[in-house]
Amino acid sequence: MLSDKDRMFTNLYGQHDWRLAGARARGDWDGTAEIIAKGRDAIVSEMKASGLRGRGGAGFPTGVKWSFMPKGDGPLPHYLVINGDESEPGTCKDREILRHEPHKLIESALIASFAMGAHAAYIYIRGEFYNEARHLQYAIDEAYEAGLIGRNAAGSGWDFDFYIHRGAGAYICGEETALIESLEGKKGQPRMKPPFPAGCGLYGCPTTVNNVESIASASTILRRGAAWFSGLGRPNNAGTKLMAISGHVNTPCVFEEELGVPLRDIIEIHGGGVRGGWDNLLAVIPGGCSVPLLPKSVCETVLMDYDSLRENKTSLGTACMIVMDKSTDIIQAIARFSQFYKHESCGQCTPCREGTGWLMRVMKRMVEGRAEIEEIDMLEQVTRQIEGHTICALGDAAAWPVQGLIRHFRPVMEQRIRDYKARLGGAGTVQVPHGVPVAAE
Amino acid sequence: MSVSDHVQPESFAFDAQSEPEIAKALARYPEERKASAVMPLLYIAQDQMGRQTGSAWIPTAAMDEIARRLEIAPVRVYEVASFYFMYNRSPIGKYHLQVCTTTSCWLRGSDDVVAACRRATGISHFGETSEDGLFTMTEVECLGACSNAPILQVDNDFYEDLDGPRTEALIEALRRGERPEPGPTVDRLCSAPEGGRRVLLDEDTGQSQGQG
Repeated sequence: MLSDKDRMFTNLYGQHDWRLAGARARGDWDGTAEIIAKGRDAIVSEMKASGLRGRGGAGFPTGVKWSFMPKGDGPLPHYLVINGDESEPGTCKDREILRHEPHKLIESALIASFAMGAHAAYIYIRGEFYNEARHLQYAIDEAYEAGLIGRNAAGSGWDFDFYIHRGAGAYICGEETALIESLEGKKGQPRMKPPFPAGCGLYGCPTTVNNVESIASASTILRRGAAWFSGLGRPNNAGTKLMAISGHVNTPCVFEEELGVPLRDIIEIHGGGVRGGWDNLLAVIPGGCSVPLLPKSVCETVLMDYDSLRENKTSLGTACMIVMDKSTDIIQAIARFSQFYKHESCGQCTPCREGTGWLMRVMKRMVEGRAEIEEIDMLEQVTRQIEGHTICALGDAAAWPVQGLIRHFRPVMEQRIRDYKARLGGAGTVQVPHGVPVAAE
Repeated sequence: MSVSDHVQPESFAFDAQSEPEIAKALARYPEERKASAVMPLLYIAQDQMGRQTGSAWIPTAAMDEIARRLEIAPVRVYEVASFYFMYNRSPIGKYHLQVCTTTSCWLRGSDDVVAACRRATGISHFGETSEDGLFTMTEVECLGACSNAPILQVDNDFYEDLDGPRTEALIEALRRGERPEPGPTVDRLCSAPEGGRRVLLDEDTGQSQGQG
C-alpha cells in the first residue's frame, strides 16, 4: 500500500487551502523555471522513463504521446488540450484535481505545453462540473496575477496561456477528436483517424489531448524524478493512480493508490469492505462502466493495474470501481449502462446509433426475462457486430459490459427467462426457428 | 417536447451583465476561430433568461443573435444547442432538479431520490415542470461524483449522499427560497470516507476547505 509521503495529490479531499498560497505550501510552483530549463527533450525522456501511462482509460504511455508532436517551429501553433470531460459512469477522480489541486494542474500544463512546443492549453471540463470549473478559473486568475502563466510564465521565458472550455452534457466529448470538434464550436462527433491530432488536431494544428490526471502528475514526476515514480507499482504498471470506489461498500471514497495492489485489499481498506462482508460480494466493475465486470472469484486474486486486469479479460480503465453485492440485480445494472450508451451515442455511425438502441431494448426484456434463451446468443452476436465497426470506441464500450454479463452471468439470465415463462405461462419451446433473424422490437 | 409548443419571444438582446461575459468568452479563442465561442455564448444566453424570466432556457431568437455575433449560419447554433443535453430549448422551472439514475447512483438508492422528488414536487414524469412552475425534474446520466452517490444536481450545485427524506427536506428548503450548502448531506469531507479520512493523515496542518 502507498504511504502518505509518496502521494502526489496531497489535497485530494480539500482538507487544505486549494488556492495559490496553499498550493505553494504543498510544493507546487517550486522551481518551475528550473524544470523547464532542462529543455524539451529532457522533459519528454524523463516522462517516458517514468512509465506513466495515460490515466483516462486507454493507458497509452504519456511521454511517448508527447514525443509525437512535431519538433521545431512549424508554421502552425501547437496546442495542449486537457480532457476533463470525466463522464464515464463510476468515474469521479478528475473532479478532485479540478476543485482541490487546480494549481498542480496549471503548473503541469505549463511544463507539458513547453515540452510540446505549445503556447496555449485548453481544458475541456464537463458542463456539470460548474463549481469545479469555478475553482479552476479562480486558480488561473491567481496564476496570471502572480506571473506564473502568461508572458514569460514563471520566469521560464516561455509564453503560456491557459483557457477553460466548458462542455454541456455529452459523454462522447470525452473522445479526443469529438472533444476537439466541440472545442471548435461544433457537435461533438468523433473524427476519423488518421490524421491523428498530433498532426492535425484543434483548428487543424498539432495537438495533444491528455487526461487531467495524466497532466497533473507531470510536475511531481519531474520534481521527484522518473526513478521515484517507476519504483512504485509493477513493471509496465508504474506509479500511483487516483482511484474511486462506489456502490455497495461501507465507505465509498476517492483515494490515491499504488498500481498493482490486490483489488480485494483496496476494497477492504479504502472502501471499508463490501456491505455485509466479503462473501456478500457479487461482482466488481473495475474501471468505469465500459470495462467488462469481474465476478467474485476473480476479485479474490486480481491486482489493480493494467496488465493484471487485462489478463482477466477486462481493463483498468479509469480505475474507478463499482462494487455490487448479492442484492444487486446484475442484469438491471448492466441494462442501465445500455440505456446510458443509447442516450450518449452521437448518431454518426449506424452500428452504434442503431445498435445501442437495440441493445437497450433487448436488455430491458432480459431484465424481465421476457425473451428466449437463444436470444442471449443473438445478443452476444450483435455486440460483436457493433464492436470494432464504428469510428470511435463508444460502440466497443457499449458492447463490452453486455459481453461481460453474458460471459459471467449467463445462468442468471437463463434462469430469469425460465422464471418468466413459469410465471406467465410462456411457451416452453423456442418461438423462432433456428437461423431466422429476429427483428428488434 | 417540441420547441414550437412554446411561445418564442420575438427578439432577444444580451443585457449589460452578459456583455462582459461575452467579451471574456471571445478572448479565449483566436479571432478567426470565434465560432468556438458558441457553447459559452449559449450558456450566457441561458443564464440571462434565468435572471430575467426565472426560467433558464434558450429561445430561438437568442440562437439567432449568437449566430449573428459569431458570423456563422443560424443552423450551426441550432445543431449545437440541440446536440448538447444541458441547453434547454424550452422553458423550465425555477429550480432544475437533475437526478442521476446511472448504475452507481442506482445501487445507492437513486430510486428513492426520484420518488422523493416526485412526492415533494407533484411531478410524475421526467421532463415535467411542477404546476407552480418552481421545479423541473430531469433524468441525467452519470454526473461524475459516484463516490458520493446518489446525487441530485440542482441548477449548478451537486447535493450528494442523499436519501429520500433528505431529498424531500432539500426540496422544501428550495421552496422556502433557501439554498442549502451544496456537497455531501452526510458527515463527510468531500469524497473522503464517511467517518474520517484514512490516508493523508500525517500533515493535518491546514484548515478545512470545502467546496468554497
